[in-house]
Amino acid sequence: MKNKSLISIHDYSKEDYFKIIQVASEFEKNAGQASNLLAGKIVATLFFEPSTRTRLSFESAVQRLGGRIIGFSEASSTSVAKGESLKDTVKTVSQYSDLIVMRHPIEGSARWASEVADVPVVNAGDGANQHPTQCLLDLFTINQTQGTLENLTITLVGDLKYGRTVHSLLQAMSYFNPKFRFVSPKELKMPNEYKIFLDQNNIEWSEHEDLNLVLPESDIVYVTRVQKERFSDPIEYERVKNAYVLHKSMLEGTKSNMRILHPLPRVNEINVDVDPTEKAYYFQQALNGVYTRMAIISLILGLK
Amino acid sequence: MENKDLKELKVSAIKDGTVIDHIPAKNLFKVISILELTKIDTQITIGYNFESKKLGKKGIIKISEKFPDDRDLNKIAMIAPEAKINIIRDYAVVEKKTVAVPDYIEGIIRCMNPKCITNFEKVVTRFDVISKTDVNLKCCYCEKITDQDHFELI
Repeated sequence: MKNKSLISIHDYSKEDYFKIIQVASEFEKNAGQASNLLAGKIVATLFFEPSTRTRLSFESAVQRLGGRIIGFSEASSTSVAKGESLKDTVKTVSQYSDLIVMRHPIEGSARWASEVADVPVVNAGDGANQHPTQCLLDLFTINQTQGTLENLTITLVGDLKYGRTVHSLLQAMSYFNPKFRFVSPKELKMPNEYKIFLDQNNIEWSEHEDLNLVLPESDIVYVTRVQKERFSDPIEYERVKNAYVLHKSMLEGTKSNMRILHPLPRVNEINVDVDPTEKAYYFQQALNGVYTRMAIISLILGLK
Repeated sequence: MENKDLKELKVSAIKDGTVIDHIPAKNLFKVISILELTKIDTQITIGYNFESKKLGKKGIIKISEKFPDDRDLNKIAMIAPEAKINIIRDYAVVEKKTVAVPDYIEGIIRCMNPKCITNFEKVVTRFDVISKTDVNLKCCYCEKITDQDHFELI
């Protein structure tokens, strides 16, 4: 992984996933101790569109490793607003830093940035395309809660059509003999290309409209937000919006090891009465994002 | 022989040059554009909407005294993967070529995803060819598929 950009979840192998999980676990165990691993290093966080959560998670990771940060959190105050190309911006910033973390609304921008930069680039989201560190922190979290990545039943709930998070997770988990349960409104079903991918890899999957039917067998319930703007018919949205909300009462009869994940931000798809239960794991998942990003940055910089 | 004679009547023979046959009719004019045939001054015979068992309707191009290079052939492969190319010398076929869809292509085709970086900045498009029968290209940048029906040449 040394000196190699992380642009897409497809850039990394199963072995790379395990290496990241292992290093992230070390950071988690030593959470209270200050680290100077990144002393003298500068990480640039270039956020061409705002994403407060992701940016703070990366910046927290760099700071916890003792590194320094330069960057911006939205493009309007930069030379991009003056018409500078992405190529020139990235090439220039790569002269100032040891690693670039970039978020950009245009798909494929991260790959392009990695080709023009003189330092490694970590993709923090390129439009609807890829957000690989989210996927890796999801793998870390699943492994942490289940003690394994193998043979799990994973229920994906919500917007399965547009959600890049669930698509990446599905592909990354395909190495580990999972079973998938897809629960979504019919407008937001898992696209066919992913079902074909699962069939080609002999991975069992099924589709459901009723979440209650699949909760008892699930090891992981991964909830995503159903956005009103995805519906062509607002009446249809009103009809289904509450069908995919998880309440505490629904957790009865679920497996003791079952954990609920969510990439956040949450709106109302997980009722707050779930939060105090031991099955709610989305805030730990957010914390794991910091450990996972610490692992990714230090591995790419060859410090681990 | 009778059939062959009829065909000869439809498209006359050339002495030296290149015959490109089995072009899907709908892509005939794209092939003409790729080979920049409007810019050359030798004799060209173009047949359009000929009956074809394999393709339904096909096109054929006979270009006198011209021999397209590999880059042009690659371009043809993208939109006419079943094209047969005959090199003619003194009215005889001296070489038969089939076009082969490569595993990877650079340039030539535009990514059909309007949100792809290649449609915003001066980036040479790059694709992995993920299917060669119905040619499907996966953009190395945005990772979206551009299918044969949406090929737009650069």
